[in-house]
Amino acid sequence: MTVRERQRTLPVMRRYLFRRLIILLASLWVASGVIFLLVEGVPGDPASFMLGVNAAPDTLAALRAQMGLDQPFVWRYLHWLGGMLSGDFGTSFTYKTPVAGLIAARLAVSLPLAGIALFLSVALAVPMGLLAAARRGKVSDGAVMAGTQLGIAVPNFWFAMLLVLLLAVRWHWFPAGGFPGWSDPLMALRALTLPAIALALPQAAILTRVLRSALIETLGQDYIRTARAKGLSRARALTRHALRNALIPVLTILGLQFSFLLAGAIIIENVFYLPGLGRLIFQAITQRDLIVVESVVMVLVFAVIMVNFLTDLAYAAVDPRLRRRT
Amino acid sequence: MTLLSLDHLTVQIGNLAILRDVSLKLARGEILGLVGESGSGKSMSALAVMGLLPDRARISGDIILGGVNLRHRSERQMCQLRGNDISMIFQEPMSALNPMMSIGDQVAETLMLHRKMPRSEARAIAREKLDRVGLRAPRFPLSLYPHELSGGQRQRVAIAMAIALHPKLLIADEPTTALDVTTQAEVLDLLRDLAREEGMALILITHDLAVVAGMADRVAVMQAGQIVETASTEPLFRTPRALYTQALLAASTHQPPPARRASAKPLLQVENATRTYPLPRPSAFAPHPELRAVDDVSFTIHAGESLGLVGESGCGKSTLTRAILGLDALQGGAIHLDGHPISPAIPSAQRANMQIVFQDPYGSFNPRQRVERLICEPFHLTGRPTDWRDRVAEALREVGLSPDDKTRFIHEFSGGQRQRIAIARALIIRPKLIVLDEAVSALDVQVRAQVLDLLSHLQATHDLAYLFISHDLSVVRAVTSRCLVMQAGKIVEEGPTEALFTAPQNPYTQSLIAATPRIPQHWKEPA
Repeated sequence: MTVRERQRTLPVMRRYLFRRLIILLASLWVASGVIFLLVEGVPGDPASFMLGVNAAPDTLAALRAQMGLDQPFVWRYLHWLGGMLSGDFGTSFTYKTPVAGLIAARLAVSLPLAGIALFLSVALAVPMGLLAAARRGKVSDGAVMAGTQLGIAVPNFWFAMLLVLLLAVRWHWFPAGGFPGWSDPLMALRALTLPAIALALPQAAILTRVLRSALIETLGQDYIRTARAKGLSRARALTRHALRNALIPVLTILGLQFSFLLAGAIIIENVFYLPGLGRLIFQAITQRDLIVVESVVMVLVFAVIMVNFLTDLAYAAVDPRLRRRT
Repeated sequence: MTLLSLDHLTVQIGNLAILRDVSLKLARGEILGLVGESGSGKSMSALAVMGLLPDRARISGDIILGGVNLRHRSERQMCQLRGNDISMIFQEPMSALNPMMSIGDQVAETLMLHRKMPRSEARAIAREKLDRVGLRAPRFPLSLYPHELSGGQRQRVAIAMAIALHPKLLIADEPTTALDVTTQAEVLDLLRDLAREEGMALILITHDLAVVAGMADRVAVMQAGQIVETASTEPLFRTPRALYTQALLAASTHQPPPARRASAKPLLQVENATRTYPLPRPSAFAPHPELRAVDDVSFTIHAGESLGLVGESGCGKSTLTRAILGLDALQGGAIHLDGHPISPAIPSAQRANMQIVFQDPYGSFNPRQRVERLICEPFHLTGRPTDWRDRVAEALREVGLSPDDKTRFIHEFSGGQRQRIAIARALIIRPKLIVLDEAVSALDVQVRAQVLDLLSHLQATHDLAYLFISHDLSVVRAVTSRCLVMQAGKIVEEGPTEALFTAPQNPYTQSLIAATPRIPQHWKEPA
């Protein structure tokens, strides 16, 4: 790109980013309001839950005052919002520790787990999708389609148990569960490998199918015929021209999958006994630890919105037409 | 010296014979016009030469290029040949380029693939080639993407790609069908010059006889997978031997019976109609600039009259049509139909006075509804009369179909028949005005001639007024009595059609008419 050309695209890019950023902040703000309203509106008083049914009224009142529950609703919301903006998520009722630290510790498990699972699912899906699309209607395509059908139908915890039985119990290649912490990164990665595979398999199956159908649609386009008329072989036309054009639906699915992997890993975390976000929020809900629930949900919402933002950026990076639209 | 010869080439897909015993010779540097109607096998012949026929196709006969029989070439060898010795460009410039790849890279790709040259070197040559096809340096940098170019410019990129390696043969499959007339003339000129300068043979595939008349050295006429006649261009036009060629020629110059004199009663009055769109702000706080898509347009259509509206894509024809149909509100001026003002809020009963027939006979019907239901659809404007079934049958008869067709689905009909059904749908509530928006542009010449005759007949029997919108000047000339020329939202010329075509006053009209391909007048009399 020459300097002049870069000058031509930059303001447009900047405006695109700016708009996406405004939308991102607005969504976060709206989400915080909705979350607070829902969680605080749920019946069940955390103070009386903590003290049990036989608590004396004045003890209860004291605890409510200590937890700030006697304050007006709006004030509590603003207090919570202001705290979050300065990095203070409040103190957990049950763990009696700052929520921020709690979430950070859990994210150190959940985020790498989701990342590895996503990476694995892409690494599996791209070659399989390419193969199936290139050899549509042939035996290999049939095999991929049958395999992915199975991958979608079988729940991931079942894969998880299978993996544990084979790779952990029988062959001892990986630990069967637990998480040793990041002090030894190699051990940590080993602990995350099986859960990541279990999470990735169904996602890879979905992604393969999306990629295959997107590729097949792209292969019918006129520009593929043009590429073939230029002398590109089938395989080259597929990888050089079809793949990039088929990426948009794949990116959409990837964005959705990442959010799912981050929050939806509760069962897998339970199977492998991992201290992740999913288990944290599950426990917090059962114990009416409202502040933790709110904060974790807020973090998840933040992650989902960030992923959407990144997906939007990725669209623009892939498709030159989107860079000019706004 | 023969460059390419097809020898008894036969192609079958399933049990369907696509090409039957096609034999053809092409000399070096020669321009061959390959004409015929859709489905006649023109494109399949080209794809057979390229070795790009569908997988299921079974092929027999020989394709000999420069002494080598391509039938015996492996796919790998064919890949080396394509883009190198033979190139091809296609009809749809809007979709023939990869939207995700810059034009420089797309041209350079051919060079990198066949010459194994580094990207920088390939891009330098791509620059030269784009200059050569008229996309010159500072205005058209290599980093442009296809969506930033017009149809004609994209077709130039496709040509640059195709000629990058000086192929011996270029096959152009309907290269200008989707383009405006002035753009078409430019692209055809470019192709002719390239063929002459580079000594490149050119197979020009088209359905338009007038295009080959001005371009080709020799013409081959195809019908139903066979070549029915091959001759040098002028003799073919002067003394066509095959009956089919004669029929094609007659259809392409067909003139339907002239309309009766229109009454003096104004039916549609458009007064100073203006339609604007806001454009994106140039900076965050600047006001929106306006695009005046229709700019102070005034004209009148009288009852029973055929008015033509010509102009190139983007001139505002469609926007004007939407306003006339009462789909969009005007920002200035007024439109009256039969004395009643037209706006998006008009009562249904007045909408029933006008109907429209669109260009695409494939996309403008719901594929899951039977013909009967499709045709009686306009009755939702007026309420379905008790004799609606008789009306459907009558409408079908009037457009030359059988009343029994009412229970069939739209995919069972050919393009021409579908257009007849569209006309029946427009007719059924007995409108006073039918807007024909490129209504015959997608049809083959013979079918087009029949549909034009039908329209002329219906006009006489129902006292219909037509607003005939088209980019095809020859059709407008054949069927309208008065004509408007639109450019950039304005009517730049208006007058009786014949006078306007023989002695255009406005420079834009003159350029449109000059650019229209035509069969030379003196070829129409035998020598």
